[in-house]
Amino acid sequence: MEPERQQMDVDIVCVGFGPAAGGFLTTLSRGLAAGDGAPALESIVAPGMPPQVICYERSDDVGFGVSGIVTRARGIRATFPDLDPAAIPMAAPVREEKVIYLLDPVGASRRSIGLRAIDSLIRSFRFGLPLDHGAIELPYTPEFLRKHGGMVMSIGQFNQWVGSQLMASGAVQVWPGTPVAQALIEDGKIAGVRLVDQGVEKDGAPGPGFLPGMDIRAALTVVADGPVGAVSRQIDAELGVPQGYQRRDWAVGCKFVIDLPESCNLEPGTVFHTLGYPEPEIFGFFYVHPERVASAGIFVPSWFTSPVRTSYRYLQHFLLHPFFWRYVQGGRLRSWGAKSLQESGRRGEPFLAGDGYARIGEGSGSTNVLTGSGVDEAWTTGTQLAEAVLELLREGRSFTRANLESTYVARRRRSWVEKEGRIAEKARDGFQRGFLTGLAGMALSGFTKGIFTMPARVEEPYETIPTPYEYYRGRISDHEIAKIREQCAARCIPLHDALMERAGWPAIEYDGQLLVSHQDALLMGGKVQAPPGYADHVVFIDPALCKTCGSPVCVEICSAEAITPGPDGVPVFDREKCVHCGACLWNCTRALPDDSGRTNVEFRAGAGGLHSVEN
Amino acid sequence: MPQFQIVVCGSIVPDPLQTLEPVTGPAGPSLKNELMLPAVLDPWAGHALYEAANLARNHPGSKVYLVSAAPKAKLQQVMMTVGQKAPFELVAIDASASGFTEAADVAALLAGAIAAIPGLDRSRLLVFGGWESASRGAGVTMQMVGERLGIAEQFLAVDQLTVGEDGTLEVLERIEGGSHQISSCQGAPAVFGWATGNLPEPRNNPQVGMQNMRAIMPALQKAKPASTGVPSFVSVSLPKQQRETRVVKDLTPDEVAREIVAWIGEN
Repeated sequence: MEPERQQMDVDIVCVGFGPAAGGFLTTLSRGLAAGDGAPALESIVAPGMPPQVICYERSDDVGFGVSGIVTRARGIRATFPDLDPAAIPMAAPVREEKVIYLLDPVGASRRSIGLRAIDSLIRSFRFGLPLDHGAIELPYTPEFLRKHGGMVMSIGQFNQWVGSQLMASGAVQVWPGTPVAQALIEDGKIAGVRLVDQGVEKDGAPGPGFLPGMDIRAALTVVADGPVGAVSRQIDAELGVPQGYQRRDWAVGCKFVIDLPESCNLEPGTVFHTLGYPEPEIFGFFYVHPERVASAGIFVPSWFTSPVRTSYRYLQHFLLHPFFWRYVQGGRLRSWGAKSLQESGRRGEPFLAGDGYARIGEGSGSTNVLTGSGVDEAWTTGTQLAEAVLELLREGRSFTRANLESTYVARRRRSWVEKEGRIAEKARDGFQRGFLTGLAGMALSGFTKGIFTMPARVEEPYETIPTPYEYYRGRISDHEIAKIREQCAARCIPLHDALMERAGWPAIEYDGQLLVSHQDALLMGGKVQAPPGYADHVVFIDPALCKTCGSPVCVEICSAEAITPGPDGVPVFDREKCVHCGACLWNCTRALPDDSGRTNVEFRAGAGGLHSVEN
Repeated sequence: MPQFQIVVCGSIVPDPLQTLEPVTGPAGPSLKNELMLPAVLDPWAGHALYEAANLARNHPGSKVYLVSAAPKAKLQQVMMTVGQKAPFELVAIDASASGFTEAADVAALLAGAIAAIPGLDRSRLLVFGGWESASRGAGVTMQMVGERLGIAEQFLAVDQLTVGEDGTLEVLERIEGGSHQISSCQGAPAVFGWATGNLPEPRNNPQVGMQNMRAIMPALQKAKPASTGVPSFVSVSLPKQQRETRVVKDLTPDEVAREIVAWIGEN
């Protein structure tokens, strides 16, 4: 029986607080006040008051984001023309930017014949080339990749900075620690949101102190819940998606924040983009913040077809590359984090607006996969929606699909976000055919402004992942793999460490400071926690389907080892370790038989996660 | 049924999940990257606040105030989380919450703010707070607040407060040796330094948040800066503790346990 739920009426409810919602609420709050500070507009639900605007954020603090970024900050600077990076902790203007090709120093990386030939050539001409600690700087950084004039930032700190200004304005309310379970969809319109139930058991059954999630009814629901947001996916499932829509390109980004050793002389604002190692498919980054702090990370994409793909372990090998190890050796791991990136870009754009709702940010397909930029685009889509909302409020027009399309969507279509997003739309397709083809495809798209692209069929991630036997054929015998699987299953641990080491990757020698075990990382620099009284947010829909898997990539990719091998082949989820990266959603190898394109992992709205504000 | 004015003294502390590192700066000791660290309501004060909210709910007509001395920006951030938990009116003082402050000065600030609450009725006044603080456990602040307010009835390490129909108060206090002591007094005014109490953290309630926030932001905007004396510290350090990670494959649980005990002994 459906429990009785409390209800609250507001004018605008926003789902999720990230850069997009930050842009939206900042622009909106400025427009809600007249020049003298008095309300410029009136609430419908609370006559005599200014419009009631509430934003609900899933994580326990608005600063618990998980991304260190370099951004051109065009949209952010448009909102804050006098922005001084020094006002935001960990922010610094971009000072130097390099693209570095990393050779494989250990010989374990899976490189194609073509890439091996390139590596051999570089090594053969090492005395004539600027080879530096097993790496070579590309002589030219394409304009579309450059972030000159921009800045390096911690999104956690940026969110805190934006959030504090918003709250000080008094015009909007932002409530962290409050996940939104679903949109209230009535006759094809969205009438608000329902918050998650509290006081429930792991399976969602009412427990002590049961408090059914409240219904927050609003004329406009702003969906800004990111790439794996539950509300976004519910809307797509129930209200449909545009023709040609596809979300098949993903990546999980994993990052360390490092206190650099005294010996490191890198200046704040130094930016390295890397390619080539630890695997050719894995791109990396290294950003230097003020006060001798760096963010170092990698992206493990869906088109890296290893069935034992792991971001944490590969990130350690990335840091151990001689090019970086000279900078970080003796440093200390301050915090870490991980998140999924929706890399289909504009091709993954859902309906941007409908009756009673609009979508902004990464989940709305704004990320530019050619320039590798998402925060600035997300912020800008938020400001565009805010301008549209203010226009509609001033004119007394309602939040219908037609009105939102003629204001918000029209603004977005006219903007640089759209123009550059179209150029980037197919820029990464070539990676489906290999690393070098992918690079060629990016160059083709970038230099021809998207007129020419490298054609390739982009497959669903679950269609491309081989079994460990197939992936390691010729390197490790089936018999040995079977034995390793049996041993790992008995110990309830993932396969990747054992298989990678058997394939030639050296064991990581933990130093207890920078190189620590995955489980120790959960306890460092903010730690992971989950408040009691919430249901599991990762659910294996059909356990019988899990039993047929045999290659649980969800276990391998899990950024916090929150998913481990379980009895009878059904993985076990530990909510208290989850960092909400959402990688399990797109790494499940079992598609549901209903042709919906959904996998057997349900990633719901949930509370808790990483308490780090430095990511 | 008695109606109370319950004033909770509670400040903020760095999120206990963070790695904290004391450093000495030009203004005395502080925490490394303190301004960047996320903050939470001091857990001891949190217990006091939730007990106060529960008491007020069971005694209609009662009202809860939260008097908090903390940096305004950080306090605002914490209110974004706490504001949904229980109805209260915030009285904000823009002051340091680092823990490296003089307890007597903090007590003076709090007592002054409490005395200045409009319409304060001493015959209904219950002053709540934590008997300790997660930032620096002087353990004396509530007592000094009571003294400055001229309240003689003081209870520390309180786990339970029961109110009689006639307004008498029965108090369960922790005492040495793991025992409890039951005390009673005729009624308000009284000071209570709470231990953990018995109540769980309340669920987030959006309606409570909406109602609180309308008064929280004006209270924060009105908060006046105040300074507290900084005592002289000879040295400040964390307990000696060093993370040591080692993978062992062939040890029995007993051997692992023995090794851990030996390691603890060394530290």
